[in-house]
Amino acid sequence: MAVLEPTPTGLAALADEGSLAPRGVFGVSLAFLRRQPVGALGIFLVLLFGLAGVFANWIAPYNPTANDFAAMTEAPSWAHWLGTDQLGRDLLSRILFGARTAFVVGMTSAFVGGVSGLVLGVGSAYFGGYVDLWLQRLLDIVMSFPLIIMALAVVSIFGTGVQNVIIAITIPLIPRCSRVVRSSALAIREVPYVDAARALGYGHMRIILRHMVPNVMGPFLVIITAFVGQAILTEAALSYLGLGVQEPVPAWGLMLQGGAEEYATTAPWIAIFPGLAIMLTVFGINLFGDSLRDVLDPKLRDR
Amino acid sequence: MYRYIINRVLLVFPTLLGAATLVFVLMRLIPGDICLVRLGSGGESFTTAALASCHAEIGIDRPWIVQYLSYIWGLARFDFGISMWSGKPVVTEIATRFPISLEVAVMATVIAVAIAIPLGTISALKQNSWIDLLVRTFSIAGLATPAFWLGIVSILLVLDITQAISGVPWMPPIDYVPLWRDPIRNLSIVMLPAITIGYRYCAVSMRMTRSAMLEVLREDYIRTARAKGLINRLIINRHALKNALLPVVTVIGIEFAFLIGGLVVTEQVFNLNGIGRLMVLSVQNQDYTLTQALVMLVVTIAVVSTLVVDLLYAWLDPRIRLA
Repeated sequence: MAVLEPTPTGLAALADEGSLAPRGVFGVSLAFLRRQPVGALGIFLVLLFGLAGVFANWIAPYNPTANDFAAMTEAPSWAHWLGTDQLGRDLLSRILFGARTAFVVGMTSAFVGGVSGLVLGVGSAYFGGYVDLWLQRLLDIVMSFPLIIMALAVVSIFGTGVQNVIIAITIPLIPRCSRVVRSSALAIREVPYVDAARALGYGHMRIILRHMVPNVMGPFLVIITAFVGQAILTEAALSYLGLGVQEPVPAWGLMLQGGAEEYATTAPWIAIFPGLAIMLTVFGINLFGDSLRDVLDPKLRDR
Repeated sequence: MYRYIINRVLLVFPTLLGAATLVFVLMRLIPGDICLVRLGSGGESFTTAALASCHAEIGIDRPWIVQYLSYIWGLARFDFGISMWSGKPVVTEIATRFPISLEVAVMATVIAVAIAIPLGTISALKQNSWIDLLVRTFSIAGLATPAFWLGIVSILLVLDITQAISGVPWMPPIDYVPLWRDPIRNLSIVMLPAITIGYRYCAVSMRMTRSAMLEVLREDYIRTARAKGLINRLIINRHALKNALLPVVTVIGIEFAFLIGGLVVTEQVFNLNGIGRLMVLSVQNQDYTLTQALVMLVVTIAVVSTLVVDLLYAWLDPRIRLA
């Protein structure tokens, strides 16, 4: 009977039977696409909308903010592939430019929130004691505070606009990331090599950066991808309530506000297409995040 | 075990105090003066004396520290004060709107749990089959769908379907009646919002159930039970489900805690007069007392839900209970 080998984790998991673990960015990506077709679909959707946002200036058929009162609430046609809204603006162009807003807000909030959460979580786990206790209480308070009041307060104090929306979305993400990172980091605090490093007299920064952070990278990457999706959804919700970006900046949530509901029965495409765009983007992000987790976390793979 | 309970319960109070302080400070940082709006909304001019007397009546002319201490002291006595905007007691304002929000949240939970646990279990048992793929797609789509868009689309669908079937489009009634007075009307108001919110809730619970079940089914004692010849149904009911449900209960409790705070958009779409809309109104009107009370309500629900879930977990898991 053959000796049972431990299930490979991380990059080695992407290797086929008998071949070496893939090297280099290109090799890893190709191996990922082959082994995780669902994740490949996710990446495809994300790239579709992401590139649409980047190249919106070139591919959009119309100016997204140009009103055209001769063509109000037109159904999808060859002139306007997804129809027009109540001010005559082409929906396809608005959705393409809206992708830009969504990704800028989503990725900035996720990155800033994630990195802040990482710093706080690892710091809290490493130093322990009263630092840990009080930091976690503070983060608990922020986490249980209703998001909508926080967003309303931020907007009332600082005004509307993209930067303030990013601030409003980032704040609730920080404690969630910090919780996940802290629970992974706590496990690492007690391992012998950290003790050895301390005994050798290494400074706190070195131990944190060289030992703790690389080991929490797995859950951290998974949660950051989840954050991008959550941030896009939250931005849409805040724009819908009028707390996010303002007219005439094209944003998917904003497109669902006001006119979309008023004309929902007569011109349903105004409400349906922006929401569909949000759904497909976040769907793709979630698929990618799931596959990433399957690769990085061996427990969920089937034997 | 008792030490754990006492520690866990004591942790509730600093969180509540911290949340009370945070909302106090946040509200006073927002520029604007509620008295100016109240007096000026009639369109007529008013004297400085009238403004000063309005400030004194509401109590915002006192130094911040005095306002803070009287606010905390009021909280300790469960005295939430008078709404600065309407003049009615805060408890009355909230009490008229809370039942519908609570009902939507509870119905969403019931729907979500009733669907998530069976489907998640089946999905785990038949991993990588077509039913697993279907359930996983369904749940990932649930996490990706914005709730308010789903609400708009569902209203549209109901209108179209009822039009197609009976020729007359049907919309949910607007005025709220309590469940015991007219259950059919009440349910017809609450059902669509509950399904809209419940979808995402269901997706999260389904994913958790599936992953927890997958982990449990790999355990040695399940393998032993199969080796003993126990039929699948008994293995699941007697051994797997109990262990798998522990993290699922945690997730359900935590999601419920955040549900109440997140009802705003759904109430906006379905035109429900709940506490979500009240929150938006109270912040926009700079009604300090009402906002503070609403935040304390939502935070208390969140904190109590997480406390109940933690204690339940500690009690259900014999490793912690008998420690």
